[in-house]
Amino acid sequence: MPENNIDVQQLIRTLKSGLDQYLQEHDRNDPLFVGIHTGGVWIAQRLHTLFSSTHPLGALNIAFYRDDFSRIGLHPRVTPSSLPFDITGRHVILVDDVLYTGRTVRAAMNELFDYGRAASICLAVLVDRSGRELPIRADVTGTSLALNADQHIKLSGPDPLKLVVSTTA
Amino acid sequence: MTPHTIQLDQHGRLKHFLTTEGLNRQTLTSILDYAESFAGVSGRAVKKVPLLRGKTVANLFFESSTRTRTTFELAAKRLSADVLNINIATSATNKGETLQDTLHTLEAMHCDMFVVRHGNSGAAHFIAGQVAENVHVINAGDGRHAHPTQAMLDMFTIRRHKPDFESLRVAIVGDIAHSRVARSEIHALNILGVSDIRVIAPKTLIPDNIESLGVRVFHDLTEGLQDVDVIAMLRLQRERIKNAVLPSEEEYFRCFGLTGTRLRVAKPDVIVMHPGPINRGIEIDSQVADGDRSVILQQVSHGIAIRMAVMAMVMGAAPDSSGGDN
Repeated sequence: MPENNIDVQQLIRTLKSGLDQYLQEHDRNDPLFVGIHTGGVWIAQRLHTLFSSTHPLGALNIAFYRDDFSRIGLHPRVTPSSLPFDITGRHVILVDDVLYTGRTVRAAMNELFDYGRAASICLAVLVDRSGRELPIRADVTGTSLALNADQHIKLSGPDPLKLVVSTTA
Repeated sequence: MTPHTIQLDQHGRLKHFLTTEGLNRQTLTSILDYAESFAGVSGRAVKKVPLLRGKTVANLFFESSTRTRTTFELAAKRLSADVLNINIATSATNKGETLQDTLHTLEAMHCDMFVVRHGNSGAAHFIAGQVAENVHVINAGDGRHAHPTQAMLDMFTIRRHKPDFESLRVAIVGDIAHSRVARSEIHALNILGVSDIRVIAPKTLIPDNIESLGVRVFHDLTEGLQDVDVIAMLRLQRERIKNAVLPSEEEYFRCFGLTGTRLRVAKPDVIVMHPGPINRGIEIDSQVADGDRSVILQQVSHGIAIRMAVMAMVMGAAPDSSGGDN
């Protein structure tokens, strides 16, 4: 496995061309970009620039929608969500760095619905890794990786963006 | 255990919120930061997050209150909790049920949190000592002791306007002797690093030894307000006049009422706070209360965000394991 030297820029280019194709096939124009804190926002920023979007960038912090609150309490730091537009009737591209269990995406969609009724939501992730616990899949991915449960993948950034795979000892 | 030790769990996290006294700066800053995140919820299409879904919050008000109770109620509802409002003055305690019996009855109904307002100092602390391990208590004002969520919403309001606590000059004006708000504010300001805290009141309304809390005492309003960044007004209880601690309302306003003229000695960008309800023409002039330096209505909105933050924090400090995932 190409550990520790995954080319993030290449994955973002793959994600961009995948999204171009997806939007064309589904006849969706002028989408809004919404990243999930923290890594998803970094990727959404890159895509937002590549698509020359004229809309502001949205950022979701799903801390208040997590399903593990009663087990672990509040996350230590919660940057407020910011959706500086009305999503009702709009096509939304929801962006995250890593899709793993699917729980974060579930929470993010619940939160999006509390802002309004989007016309559609498309899920774009940099890395689609194995280990799904919910019936959620990405529409567009930069790459897919088969990782064991003891392997972790983490995006660091925002500049430079680096993907690191590690294994719990 | 004292109020400030009983309110923390073994990891130092808030499990009850009884007083600002004895907390560290990091805890107070977390409350303010979480409140900042929750403040956005009020502006959305759906003004709710599902954090406390399925939890039950009981508002136990042994003393009447409109704004504190309603903002606690709204805060709990915006966190998706179910809320019971129990006005104890008209309920079972009048039929001879003891406070302990009332608590145990409510616990048997699986309430997860008690928000307590009581005329006796130490009431919330007493209740926190009685409840089961998984039940949380928030002090919504106990006697002359503490009103920590009011103090924190005041800190939030200050930080929104003037984020550099260390450099601030803050004056608290009014009935310091009987005010739980003043006491909680003084502790919070000290913890957040404010070095110039002043209390301004007639001698009869200043408690002995207040200087030991790290404040300077003024008996002259104009002198005390010199160059201050923040003025925290207190509500004057009319009983103080009936009880002859003060000569008359007119006399009090003449000496300690906040007027536009007096405001001029403060910094030009001074903010004026008041916990409400306001006694217009007694402690504050209407022109000031409704003027451009007043942040009194912002305080009410901030109260919801602060109470959401505190409720979420104490409820999140449940005993258990850890771990997160994507």
